[in-house]
Amino acid sequence: MAKRLRPVDVVLVGFGWTASIIAQELTEEGLQVLALERGVDRATVPDFATTHIQDELKYAVRDGLFQAPVRETLSFRNSRDQTALPMRNLGSFRPGAGVGGAGVHWNGQTWRFLPDDFVLRSHTEERYGADFIPEDLTIQDWGVSYEELEPYYDRFEYLCGVSGLAGNLGGTRQSKGNPFEGARSRPYPLPPLERSAGSLMFDKAARELGYHPFAAPAANASRPYKNPLGVQMGQCTYCGFCEWFGCGNYSKASPQSTILPVLLKKDNFTYRTGCDVTRVVLDSTGKKAKGVLYRDLQGQEYEQPAQLVILCAFAHHNVHLLLLSGIGTPYDPASATGVTGRNYAYQITSSVEVFVDELINPYMGAGALGQAIDDFNTDNFDHGPEGFIGGGYIALWTTGGRPILQHHLPKDTPKWGAGWKKAMAENYLKSVSISTHGSVVSHRQAYLDLDPTYKDIYGNPMLRLTFDFHDNDYRMSDFLTAKAEGIAKAMGPRSINVKNRKKPYSIVPYQTTHNTGGAVMGDDPRTSVVNRYLQSWDVPNVFVVGACNFPQNGGYNPTGTVGALAYWAADAIRGMYLKNPGPLVQA
Amino acid sequence: MTTANKPQNGIAGDLLSRARTLVSSTGWLSDDPCLLGRRRFVQGALALPVVLALPACSSDAQSPTLARTFFSPNEYRFIEAATARLIPGDANDPGALEAGVPFFIDRQLSGPYGRADRWYMEGPWASGSDQQGYQLRETPAQLYRKAIAGIDAHCRDRFDGKVYAELSAEDQEHVLHDLDENKIELEEFPSQAFFSMLWQNTQEGFLSDPMYGGNRNFAGWKLIGFPGPRYNYVKEITRYGEPYTLPPVGLMGRDGMRMLS
Repeated sequence: MAKRLRPVDVVLVGFGWTASIIAQELTEEGLQVLALERGVDRATVPDFATTHIQDELKYAVRDGLFQAPVRETLSFRNSRDQTALPMRNLGSFRPGAGVGGAGVHWNGQTWRFLPDDFVLRSHTEERYGADFIPEDLTIQDWGVSYEELEPYYDRFEYLCGVSGLAGNLGGTRQSKGNPFEGARSRPYPLPPLERSAGSLMFDKAARELGYHPFAAPAANASRPYKNPLGVQMGQCTYCGFCEWFGCGNYSKASPQSTILPVLLKKDNFTYRTGCDVTRVVLDSTGKKAKGVLYRDLQGQEYEQPAQLVILCAFAHHNVHLLLLSGIGTPYDPASATGVTGRNYAYQITSSVEVFVDELINPYMGAGALGQAIDDFNTDNFDHGPEGFIGGGYIALWTTGGRPILQHHLPKDTPKWGAGWKKAMAENYLKSVSISTHGSVVSHRQAYLDLDPTYKDIYGNPMLRLTFDFHDNDYRMSDFLTAKAEGIAKAMGPRSINVKNRKKPYSIVPYQTTHNTGGAVMGDDPRTSVVNRYLQSWDVPNVFVVGACNFPQNGGYNPTGTVGALAYWAADAIRGMYLKNPGPLVQA
Repeated sequence: MTTANKPQNGIAGDLLSRARTLVSSTGWLSDDPCLLGRRRFVQGALALPVVLALPACSSDAQSPTLARTFFSPNEYRFIEAATARLIPGDANDPGALEAGVPFFIDRQLSGPYGRADRWYMEGPWASGSDQQGYQLRETPAQLYRKAIAGIDAHCRDRFDGKVYAELSAEDQEHVLHDLDENKIELEEFPSQAFFSMLWQNTQEGFLSDPMYGGNRNFAGWKLIGFPGPRYNYVKEITRYGEPYTLPPVGLMGRDGMRMLS
């Protein structure tokens, strides 16, 4: 029997980036806000101290900061004719668990999506005709425009102290920076990080080919920085342990390094760790949430009443909760009806390893230290002759040189033995990797639902992922990879190793933790779970926030857009919902 | 705030600390010349004041004597033999054995990784497709135990009653290739599943922080040129093409032998 707790105004499921942002905003309204986090408590000191965090085995290989499948996982299959099997250990993606969520272990690659991304279907139809879009693609417009989100991108970038160079200030192209980006209202808060040896080589080669390279935007502080909340960040030391690690130097933006020092002091905010939320509790009409049910580590069940329920967990978990709670009609791929679980998407990546004569010293780096081109992202080039939709950036990242997972070996290297050892000695200091980061379309056969067989630790049906990249994306990725290969060759290498993304999608090798969709936003309740303000169409006192809102995935890392959406939703709640609780958009 | 001037991590701190290490003769140089490749040692030595360079090779007095906790003696002989083929070496050019990889694997298998503490290990069980990932019932520790018994049985059949550790180096290499190519029948799982785990764990033992029992004397890091988890490269990041000359450091210090107990 669930133990009933004292009501709060707002309950947040999860305590990562989106929950931290929304908690900070809603507590400003005087609301009593509670965050329920499934993982453990974490703080910069002692959890990320440089005396122990720079441990590749513990954190990057043994998954120290990530979700543990023993407590929560999903089942997976490529297509509906297969039986889904549980993801027993982590591979393709690595969601965070614990206070700060994946905002603790991310790289800090902080992009804005392009204006065209938010109107992908209408823009594509307008430029190339409706027939250009394959019939089984379910790409759609977001219901929010780049111009509307710009102030919220700006807030997230200034919260994080993003280091970069503007390419477009108020509609005026700048001599440096990304010339393809949407107009920004002001420059980045900090100048770019120092360039690595690899960045400069990439920059030169890309320029020679007529592309437009720029310093990629980084939530790794290039200078000491005090953010608008008054939280002080330290200058990045290029230690090369961002990705998979917490930052002990207060340089990489995370909830801990940007918001929590302010939020945790507030009397009207609190959080509980070790809480697995298993249901949003609805009243008898099914149109109003009463709160949430959760279990603590002892298995004790609690009912936490709240006026407003906001799902701020990782994309998969938000969708799982909606399905378990009966919010929104579950998506049915046979009839292509229903919305919850619909339009799951991901990111399609590939790489070209480049072996050079120059000394690279790859271990001096930062999670978002990179040089990129955007010439082949979204609709920055003519797709007519190519016959596919989408694109991505091509970048040379210098994220670090961790020996187990970040060494590169030429194509003909023996897998093990004396030849392997010799190649390790010859190439570790003299190799770089160019990566492509491609968009992924949503399509009818890519979705999330409840598994008919496998159960989670509480006996609830496990979330089931049915996914393969659409042929559109394999072709797009091959196109990007060929461009990356061209840049690699222009770097004058000893040799290169081209690693195309191979069919079918596999859940085994790490690709990205950029899982999107399943609770997408939009203007039409028949094709979206939440409206443009991230409010459930069916249960108006439930909001769902995160990459699960993306109708399809763009060719960028998602966190910048996730942060902007969190501020956008928080503003809608502050400015509209609290004054008049109810649907913010009439269906 | 900036902590870029932490003395113990700056260049000056490194030099000072290294000098102390040399004077006390308990640090990296006292052990290392015996294990370093000649070229790398000369490179390292050139960066030092002449008077401090080239100490005599000492005996391995710093070696910890922590006991093995997982493998039986026979199993351990298999692991030593197999990892010695995977990353071969000798005293001047350390490989898996010299770096303590077998001991590293032993410790990993007796801990949370060996028990698959973080993995979802509930049924029903099915083999699935390659894309669906690991679907065996065995934890890593169980996989090793069963695989070693199976491989030794295979070797006894094929090589006149000899177990894997007793084979010639050439035959040992053949068996590893056969495991990787699924040419050896193990009863409960494909041999490649074990081979890929063994090779992954061997690399981990060669390249992870020495505090886990492998990468002794920074053998793996010295081979490739990784200076360890250092804190600050603010100045060095823009010294393009210049070698970084300071010797490796681990999370537990500079001697490359200290382990988590």
